[in-house]
Amino acid sequence: SCCVGDSTTLHSADIISTVEFNHSGELLATGDKGGRVVIFQQELESKNQPQCRGEYNVYSTFQSHEPEFDYLKSLEIEEKINKIRWLPQKNAAQFLLSTNDKTIKLWKISERDKRPEGYNLKEEDGRYRDPTTVTTLRVPVFQPMDLMVEASPRRVFANAHTYHINSISVNSDCETYLSADDLRINLWNLEITDRSFNIVDIKPVNMEELTEVITAAEFHPNQCNTFVYSSSKGTIRLCDMRASALCDQHSKLFEEPEDPSNRSFFSEIISSISDVKFSHSGRYMMTRDYLSVKIWDLNMESRPVETYQVHEYLRSKLCSLYENDCIFDKFECCWNGNDSVVMTGSYNNFFRMFDRGYRQDVTLEASRESSKPRSVLKPRKVCTGGKRKKDEISVDSLDFNKKILHTAWHPQDNIIAVATTNNLYIFQDKL
Amino acid sequence: MRYSYQRRTCAIARAKMFPKGTKRKFSDSREEPVAGGEDVNQSSLAAVRMLSSYSLQRQSLLDMSLIKLQLCHMLVEPNLCRSVLIANTVRQIQEEMTQDGTWQIMTQALSAANAAAQCSADRLVATEVLCRQTEAAQGEQVPKPFPVVGSEGCPAEEVLEEEEEAAAAEVGMTMSTVSPQAPTSYLPGTFGMDPCWEEEETGEDDDDDDEEEEEDSEECGSGSEGEERERDSLVEDTRTAEQVFGTFEIKNPAPSPDPALEELFSDVDASYYDLDTVLTGMQSVPKMGPYDLLESLSSHGPSPLSSSTSCRSDLNELDHIMEIIVGS
Repeated sequence: SCCVGDSTTLHSADIISTVEFNHSGELLATGDKGGRVVIFQQELESKNQPQCRGEYNVYSTFQSHEPEFDYLKSLEIEEKINKIRWLPQKNAAQFLLSTNDKTIKLWKISERDKRPEGYNLKEEDGRYRDPTTVTTLRVPVFQPMDLMVEASPRRVFANAHTYHINSISVNSDCETYLSADDLRINLWNLEITDRSFNIVDIKPVNMEELTEVITAAEFHPNQCNTFVYSSSKGTIRLCDMRASALCDQHSKLFEEPEDPSNRSFFSEIISSISDVKFSHSGRYMMTRDYLSVKIWDLNMESRPVETYQVHEYLRSKLCSLYENDCIFDKFECCWNGNDSVVMTGSYNNFFRMFDRGYRQDVTLEASRESSKPRSVLKPRKVCTGGKRKKDEISVDSLDFNKKILHTAWHPQDNIIAVATTNNLYIFQDKL
Repeated sequence: MRYSYQRRTCAIARAKMFPKGTKRKFSDSREEPVAGGEDVNQSSLAAVRMLSSYSLQRQSLLDMSLIKLQLCHMLVEPNLCRSVLIANTVRQIQEEMTQDGTWQIMTQALSAANAAAQCSADRLVATEVLCRQTEAAQGEQVPKPFPVVGSEGCPAEEVLEEEEEAAAAEVGMTMSTVSPQAPTSYLPGTFGMDPCWEEEETGEDDDDDDEEEEEDSEECGSGSEGEERERDSLVEDTRTAEQVFGTFEIKNPAPSPDPALEELFSDVDASYYDLDTVLTGMQSVPKMGPYDLLESLSSHGPSPLSSSTSCRSDLNELDHIMEIIVGS
């Protein structure tokens, strides 16, 4: 399927650190390194162009987290937003959870487009009237006003994580959510901020024996008792909260045996899982490691059912990528609405899509030059060796500073959001 | 700023480990006519080159990893996942070198050097930990986990228990007492090998493995002059406790830049692809058990003294810059 650029780009002063559609897809939230959250709203379809879905425009901007200083350790706590997760909508207002390294906040985003006018005791500008001048009584009436979007912090969930929070996930029961750091996972009730339950703890008694950390965690989309967490050693553990209070014993362990012919000093690092996402159906889960995307059937622990190579041409460059730290980049991945296509980012502002049904994949680029509004995105190709064809890019000319770590797919439509370092691209598929 | 410091330090570490002149010297000496079948010599020559190149590059990866562990962000907590992965890589190399016999030789040189050093308590604890673990490894053949993560990677509880001074100083100190020791343990270790290695070359014509082994150990033991020199500079290095990278402080006067080193810097990126190929492909190469010569060769550090001291003068300069950053 081809991608049409109805591409909207956004200039953001800070590096985008997370991107997430809400459950209807009408809203798209981004978090950045400066602690800000910017929410985009999709315009309603215009009657003139029924085939072109609405564009996304800025809806609300607010400062979610501020930098803090941990006086005990004399270290700064970054305000960078690591993750945003939307709550399913219950009333007119929208709710989202945003987190930095240490603190999770629940934000309420509400609209105000009316205001009461016609008070008896107050003037329109707020000054109080002299009661003796009141001769008649009237009922205040709501009058329309310019739309105002307000974001207010409703809950602050703090002081529960010693290590850096990497994931948050809202439970399907809509009452609880989990937060995961490098060594522990906590379960919260959305209403209660002064307590959380620790459900996973992999911290060794002696920190010198630490060899594995938690890299991502997510609740199952349908089963409120089930969640998974991935590790830096390439394993995924599925846990059932009904089994015990502390889920240190996994119900299932997903791990693919290592390929001995590919073994190197970097094997463990590239096997570290940077993201794990359940499919919408709940039957599969997808993991992203440095070079590949793997689809797992929850009923089969021994190996993934599908493996897609994202940028296999980097395998021979692992030492350079280790030297410049790129090997530690954490790429995310996402499913489309019906779980038929998966997407993930790469370097040089490339991102990749894998169609599971048609067994096709495509490489696309998010850049100003290659995507003008309403133009079709051209597939890109990386030349891995030998003669470079026209329009191909050689591995050595890839820009490793231009990385796409965060991507999101609209829950129903073929609309994708792709974050480069400073810009957000939104692409729509014209049917 | 920090990133460029990291890059430069890594490049320096690599340059020290990749002296092309050294390789050439090795192969030159090998090209002298040797009695015996040419084919056999060719294949064993290639194998020797391959494995010793592998060891050099493995050493370089080890040094790079240790530097990465050192260069933690001073203001923000280091990324624990990254630290753990690097520490695991170091551990893997350590295990392989222990199986090689390389590790024991290096740590023996280090502990000999440190025994003569007038170290502060902090320094001594750190190196003792390192040596003790490897001595245990000699017995069990399983090295205990590398201690770096123990203090560096633990932001909260363990570090807090040991704190008496201001938190910042302690974290900095803890990191400097454990992590920086590790590179020092390798730098002088390899220096100490140089006299052995260079003398070793003349003994390569010998086909008898046992004799060569004996020769190696004798020469290593008798290369005491060179080792003494190394030990002294190590003593001076470890004496400076206050700076974060105090172990890199150089007391020797900076020598003139080594032209070979300049050449190396110009060729930085390409040689990394060689490293990639070797390291990603080489680990599955079966160990050549009967070739004790190879083992002893692979245990020797690669760099001649001159390039190492010019590296250290660069490190001194970087050390000075770090002082400014840390604001000590």
